[in-house]
Amino acid sequence: MIVRISAEGQYDLADSLHERLNDLDDAVVAAVEAADEAAFHAAFEELLRFVRSEGRRHDGDDLAESDFILPPADLSFQEAGEDFTGEGLIPEPA
Amino acid sequence: MPGMGGRMSTVIKAKISKLLDRAEDPAETLDYSYQRQLESLQNVKKGIADVVTAKKRLQMQSQKLEQSVVKLDTQARQALGQGNEELARVALERKNVAQTELQSLDQQVTELEAQQQKLTESEQRLRQKIEAFRTKKEVIKAQYSAAEAQVRISEAATGVGEEMADVGLAMQRATDKTEQMRARADAVSELEAAGTFEDLTALGSGQDDIDRQLHQLSSQSQVDDELSRMKAELGAGSGSGDPGQLPAGEEGKQA
Repeated sequence: MIVRISAEGQYDLADSLHERLNDLDDAVVAAVEAADEAAFHAAFEELLRFVRSEGRRHDGDDLAESDFILPPADLSFQEAGEDFTGEGLIPEPA
Repeated sequence: MPGMGGRMSTVIKAKISKLLDRAEDPAETLDYSYQRQLESLQNVKKGIADVVTAKKRLQMQSQKLEQSVVKLDTQARQALGQGNEELARVALERKNVAQTELQSLDQQVTELEAQQQKLTESEQRLRQKIEAFRTKKEVIKAQYSAAEAQVRISEAATGVGEEMADVGLAMQRATDKTEQMRARADAVSELEAAGTFEDLTALGSGQDDIDRQLHQLSSQSQVDDELSRMKAELGAGSGSGDPGQLPAGEEGKQA
């Protein structure tokens, strides 16, 4: 699957990582819904770190659409309130 | 899928399918898309130029403030050397304000630097994708029938469309930050215009409004500390109390 971190680029991740990604996404949602700013920053950074470390940069010549698009790394807590709600950005694996 | 990712993908797909519905000639659609992509690239370049301009402006402000800090420090020493402790205190308070502004400006210059770097990377990425699209569109035009071409356009355009939307988002964020910093730089200019960092010799004897604000703004204990340190230095440096022999070399280290 291809995951994009906005304003950063696309990463190729193994499909098997979907569940782990979903868990990390849910953790961000939980922090946002709990209005816990510190927890949000920690969880969001964890999510991005996971994508960067587990994924490989997607080839620039390939014109592929992302499966998931994550917000930019400098997302503020206020902005997060608009994105990370409900099931978050990564849905449950089918 | 809720959230920004979902919204963004949906918007792009809607735009592309609309474009394809209208298209009678796929080849024309492809060329049109390519032109639009080149236009976006121009906008990105312009955005980068704006960020660079904002950065230069802040750097100039920062240099001016550095000069003010040095000048105010010197003035404080002179005032103290002449036994005018009150004037020295005012100078140090102003120096304090100038230093705080300076720190904040330097931080913003660093931030703009990062924005510039990010945008430049985005621009390169976008350029690469557009180039890939150009190659692909020629292949599609040459090899596929009109019906097949529609499908291929959709595939290629979605990928490059997402990239363009993403670079657009990066641009928007950079522009917002640049605006904030421009406002900040303007505020510093206003402070300067109001005489906050001006030559002390231009000061009247009484306390003006800015002086009162400065008392609130600046950290009093920091000024007190600096004042006593300066006094000690002056005492050690010139037993005769002659202001001509002030040790002036310490300013840089304190700033």
